Amino acid sequence: MIRFLLKGIARDKNRSLIPIIIITIGVALTVLLSGFIYGMMGDMVDQNARFETGHVKIMTRAYARDKDQLPNDLALLGVDTLVRSLHKEFPDMQWAERIRFGGLLDVPDAEGNTRAQGPASGMAVDLLSKNSEEIERLNMKSSLVSGAIPKKSGEALIGDDFAKKLNLKIGDTFTFIGSTMNGSMAFQNFKISGTIRFGSAALDKGSIIVDISDAQLMLDMPNGAGEVLGYFKDGVYDDEKAQKVTEQFNAQYAKNTDEFAPVMQRLKEQNNLAGYLDYVDSFTALFVGIFVFAMSIVLWNTGLLGGLRRYQEFGIRLALGEEKGHIYRSLIYEAIIIGIVGSIAGTLLGLGGCYYLQTHGINIGQYMSNSTMLMPSVIRAKITPYLFYVGFIPGLFAMVFGNMLSGIGIYKRETATLFKELEV
Amino acid sequence: MKKILYLFLLPAFLNAQNTPDGADILRKVDKNMISKTSISTSQMVVHGRRGSRTITSKSYQKGEVNSFSEYLSPAREKGTKMLKLDDRLWIYSPSTDRTIQLSGHMLRQSVMGSDLSYEDMMEDRKLEEVYNAKVVGEDTIGGRKTWVLELSAKVDDATYEKRKEWIDKERYIPLKEELFAKSGELLKRVLLSDVEKIDGRWYPKKMNYKDMLKDGEGTDFIVDEITFDTDIPDYIFNKASLKQ
Repeated sequence: MIRFLLKGIARDKNRSLIPIIIITIGVALTVLLSGFIYGMMGDMVDQNARFETGHVKIMTRAYARDKDQLPNDLALLGVDTLVRSLHKEFPDMQWAERIRFGGLLDVPDAEGNTRAQGPASGMAVDLLSKNSEEIERLNMKSSLVSGAIPKKSGEALIGDDFAKKLNLKIGDTFTFIGSTMNGSMAFQNFKISGTIRFGSAALDKGSIIVDISDAQLMLDMPNGAGEVLGYFKDGVYDDEKAQKVTEQFNAQYAKNTDEFAPVMQRLKEQNNLAGYLDYVDSFTALFVGIFVFAMSIVLWNTGLLGGLRRYQEFGIRLALGEEKGHIYRSLIYEAIIIGIVGSIAGTLLGLGGCYYLQTHGINIGQYMSNSTMLMPSVIRAKITPYLFYVGFIPGLFAMVFGNMLSGIGIYKRETATLFKELEV
Repeated sequence: MKKILYLFLLPAFLNAQNTPDGADILRKVDKNMISKTSISTSQMVVHGRRGSRTITSKSYQKGEVNSFSEYLSPAREKGTKMLKLDDRLWIYSPSTDRTIQLSGHMLRQSVMGSDLSYEDMMEDRKLEEVYNAKVVGEDTIGGRKTWVLELSAKVDDATYEKRKEWIDKERYIPLKEELFAKSGELLKRVLLSDVEKIDGRWYPKKMNYKDMLKDGEGTDFIVDEITFDTDIPDYIFNKASLKQ
C-alpha cells in the first residue's frame, strides 16, 4: 500500500510538490528561528554567567538589595574564610572573588596635569594567582587586542576602544579615581599591560580590569569582595542543581538577621534572566503554534484544491466499491509521507542555515553601542538536538491536519449520485 | 470707632516693628560665620552602616573664595590635600603623587565618605550675597529662641536653591538648617551646637550634617581649634603647596 502511495506521489507532482515546498519553507523557518533564538539566549546567559552572575552568586544581603549600584561599602568581608568553607561544602564547584567598581580614569600629561578623562567601569578578578581560572573563564587571551595580561601588581587591562578614545598606549600610566569602601576618595596609578575587547558594548564601554588584590588595596577592602561567584566544574548551568546549592547555603543563614550576612542567588534570579528565558520559551511555543495553525490552513486549502482536482478519481474509486474510510485513510497516509519528506527537507535546510549563522553570526555591535545589557555584539545561532524535531513534528502535523480537514468532503459523496456526477 | 480700630491694629504693628528684616539677620549671621581669614583643626566623625570613623584635618581659609585643607589622620588619608581657588577645586593624592582638578558631577561626591559633598565644602560665600531671606516665624531650638527664615537663591550658581534657617535671636548664628533642591526636595539637614564666643564672635563648634538621601546618623564636623583673622602667607593658596 505504501509503495502504491509512494508511486502515486512521485508520478503525480501536482499532488506533492506544492505541499512539500510549503512544508519545507515552514519547517526551515521554524528550525532557523528556533536555532537563532536559542543561540542568542545561550550566548547571553553564558556571557552573563562568566562576567556578572556566575552560576550562583554570593553577596551580603544589603549589597544584594542595591547590587545594580555596585555598593562596595556593603561588600563581603572575611572572604577567605567564606571561600574556604564553600570549597569544603560544595567541592564540585569553583569559586571566584570579584569586585566591580566605577569611577573616573584620569590620564596625566608630561607635567602630571590632566590630559584626558573618562568615566570608567572596573572589574577586579584574580589575575595573578597561579591556579586562577578567571583568565580562561573570561576568555581574556582570545579577547586581547594588544599587549599582555597583567603579570604583576599595578598593571591593568583597558578596553581597546576606551584606550583609543583617551589616546593611551601599552606601557602608559593612568590614575583611577573612585570611592573606597568607606566612601573616601580612592586614587591609584595603573600601568597599561594590554588592551581588550570582549565584543559586548556593556563590557567594553570604559572598561578596565585589574587584579583583585590591587582593587582591595585601592578600595580599602582588605579581605573583602563585592561578590563571590560560583561555577559548576563542567561549565554548564543547571538550574535544578543551582537551586539545591542555593537552598543549602541560604538555610545556614536563615536565622541570622545581620544585613551583612551572605546570601546566595542563582543565575536565573539575577539580571532579569528568568524573565528573558521564560519569554523565549513562550515566544518559541507561540511561534511554533502560529506556524502549525497557518500551515494547516494553507495545507487545508491545498488539500481542498487537490480534492477538487481528484474529485473524479475519488468518484471512480468509490464507484468501484472502495470504502470511503479507505480512501480517507489513504489520503492521510499520503499526507504523512508528504509531511515526512517536506519536514526532512525543511529540517535539513533550516539546520544548514543555522550552521551558517553559527559560524558567521550577525553583527549587531553598531545597534548596541549605548546598550547596558550584557549581550554579545555578534549573535549566533546554535545547533542543538532540539532543532532536529522542533520543525519536524509541526510540519508533519500541519500536513496531516490540513488533509484531514480537506478529506472530510469524501464522506459527503453519495454513491447513488456518483454516475450522474461522473456523467458516465 | 477709630480708637477701637487702632487698639486692634497696634499689636500687629508692634510685632512687625519687632521682627527684623531677613536681610539684616543674614548680615549679622555672616558677620559671625565669615571672617577675613581662619585657621582651624577639626575632626569629621562619619557614622556609617558598619561603624564610625574619624578623619582629622587642618584648614586655612582666606576671604570667601580661597581655602586649603590637609588631612592629618587616619594613615590612609594622611597627606591628602585640597585647594580651592575661586570656583576651582584641586585634590592631591600622596599615594599617586597626582593633583586632580575636580569638576562637574565629581563635585557632588561625598568628601571622605561623609554626608558633605565637595560642593558643600566649596560654599563659602556670604549668605546675604546668595540668598533673599524672609522671616516666616519663630521657634525654640535646644532652649534657644530662634527666628525661622526662608531663603531663596538670587544667583544662578547656588548649591541649594532654597534653605530654611533657624537663627539664634541673641547670638545670630544658625542652630538648624534645612537645604532643599530646586524641586523642593529636602536634601540635607544641619544641626549646629556647642556655640562658643571665639575672638569676639559666636561660633558653633559642632555641626551634624545629615544627607537625607542616605541612611545613617550623618556626619559630625567638630572644630577642635579655630583662630580668626590671622595672617596666612599667600603661598599656601597655590597649587605648588599641594605637593609640599
